Amino acid sequence: MPKTAIQASGLVKWFGEGEAKTMALREVSLEAQFGEMVYVVGPSGSGKTTLLSVLTGILKPNGGKVLLEGTDIWGLNPDQLADFRLGKIGFVFQDYHLFPRLTTAENAAIPLILKRKPWDEAIQEAEKYLDVVGLKSRAELPPVKLSGGEQQRVAIARAMASQPDILIMDEPTASLDGDTGVAILTFVQENVLNKDRCIVVVTHDDRIYKFATRILNMEDGRLRGSEKSTA
Amino acid sequence: MTGILKLAYKLLVNDKAKFSALLVGITFAVYLMMFVTSMFSGVMMHASANIINIGAPLWVMDPAVETVSNSVGMPGYVLDAVRSMQGVKYAVPLYSGGALVKLRDGNYQTVTVIGLDDTSLYGRPELIEGKIQDIYAENGFIVVNDAEFSKLENPHIGSEFELNDNRGVIVGIARVPTSGLYGLPTLYTTYERAIQYIPNPRYTISYVLVEPKSTDEIPRIKQQVEALGYRARTKEEFMKNTEDFFLYKTGGGTNLLIMMLISFTVGLSLSGQTFYTFILENLERFGALKAIGEKSRDLVAMILFQATFTALTGFGLGIGLCLLLIIFAKLRLPSYAAMVTFGNLAISFGMVVVIAAVSSYFAVRRVLRIEPFDIFRG
Repeated sequence: MPKTAIQASGLVKWFGEGEAKTMALREVSLEAQFGEMVYVVGPSGSGKTTLLSVLTGILKPNGGKVLLEGTDIWGLNPDQLADFRLGKIGFVFQDYHLFPRLTTAENAAIPLILKRKPWDEAIQEAEKYLDVVGLKSRAELPPVKLSGGEQQRVAIARAMASQPDILIMDEPTASLDGDTGVAILTFVQENVLNKDRCIVVVTHDDRIYKFATRILNMEDGRLRGSEKSTA
Repeated sequence: MTGILKLAYKLLVNDKAKFSALLVGITFAVYLMMFVTSMFSGVMMHASANIINIGAPLWVMDPAVETVSNSVGMPGYVLDAVRSMQGVKYAVPLYSGGALVKLRDGNYQTVTVIGLDDTSLYGRPELIEGKIQDIYAENGFIVVNDAEFSKLENPHIGSEFELNDNRGVIVGIARVPTSGLYGLPTLYTTYERAIQYIPNPRYTISYVLVEPKSTDEIPRIKQQVEALGYRARTKEEFMKNTEDFFLYKTGGGTNLLIMMLISFTVGLSLSGQTFYTFILENLERFGALKAIGEKSRDLVAMILFQATFTALTGFGLGIGLCLLLIIFAKLRLPSYAAMVTFGNLAISFGMVVVIAAVSSYFAVRRVLRIEPFDIFRG
């Protein structure tokens, strides 16, 4: 019986007030299990990013509940929530958000540094994750010297460095060409996904749908049912 | 250094262009501030040269006197009255005035003449050549070997000159802690000879120098002098009066203030703007750090560390640059009027603290406002 990583129910989120009020999430509920790679797909403005933000404790919903590994994250105070994110959630951002003035290893070590690991120890550990993503030889280079695919792999190494139970990938292939995007997701499926980790991917890119264990369609703030990957 | 601060340090110094611009801004501001305040301190020290060199703890003078170089003659009874005051251990007259010396080459040189009390020679300078008792010899003068010494054709013991048609002979060469402000050589002689050689108005005592029985007696002596219609100032008060005169009555203070404002503005605009741009450029990444799980207070600590590190480095460089230039200038021009004091350092440090505080205030405000949600939205 798979364990539940994410359990969200009745999520409501709106922006603005009065006539300017825009509903971003309308009674959204979802569950994701460890060992799953869940895709949230849908057109721009459908509420995917808002859902991702609400699920990860970044954006407070106007209604509903989010349980991550059984913890009601919106019942935590801001410091506890930050610690929870740091300890349990890994992020891979669409634009990578790597620091151009740091080396690749230093970028990958950031979650460990934020966890107060000694600098040298954090760098050494981050180099192990760079090795996993095949970039150990590039550890001393700044990210600007790497290709888009390599930068994305550094972002994955950074996310993996905190050994998160839940990995969030926001449009991971948006800045990559088709082959690189597929290569990245192949890598994630083979090396990052495991029975103790749940991966949530927000994407438009139907070329990578085949890697999903489940695909959730989002439209106009609602989850319109789900389907299994066609892969 | 903790990991987070090392991260802040690397983000800052690895951006070499911005870090250099920040340092240039703060260094230049500190340099300007230090330089202008050091110049002022130096000028003030030279302006108070006679007060420092004579060294008397209490000076009695006409109430109209504003600086030591502009004395107003007092009648002889003032000296007698002060000597009879309660709390006074002893009191002596001092003459301070200017005269023209005719040099052997026929040129004239203005000099400052200090006439010391004939009995005690109170306030006499330290001799490096000659004997102090020779000041009583016929036409005896002691010359101060300072930056202006050469203006008297580098005299030696036995050198003769003409002072207001009187013969003068150098009987000693002295050194003093501070040379005067106006670039004039200084001659010491006895009070009686000074008033005999130099044409004077009716009253000839420039100052009465007082040695109180104890420092506790100073307020009482001051009251008694006040009752007599004159004013007694301690050495420190007299120096402060001189400084106030230059600050408030010569335009020096306004110029000083303008220069201080310019240095502050230069520092704030260059460094503040660069630091803010640096933060703006990294804003999304700071947002990403927030999303990953960095607490706001850690972000604030990073920014404050960056601002403090830059400010202190710039402060050190600015002070160093200023000291180097002052040392170089003093090697070339011994009488160069610049002096670094703890007050100058404190003013410059205060300016740097304000620049760092203002810069980091806006940066912190901006970083605290960034929402990790904006990072997802792109």
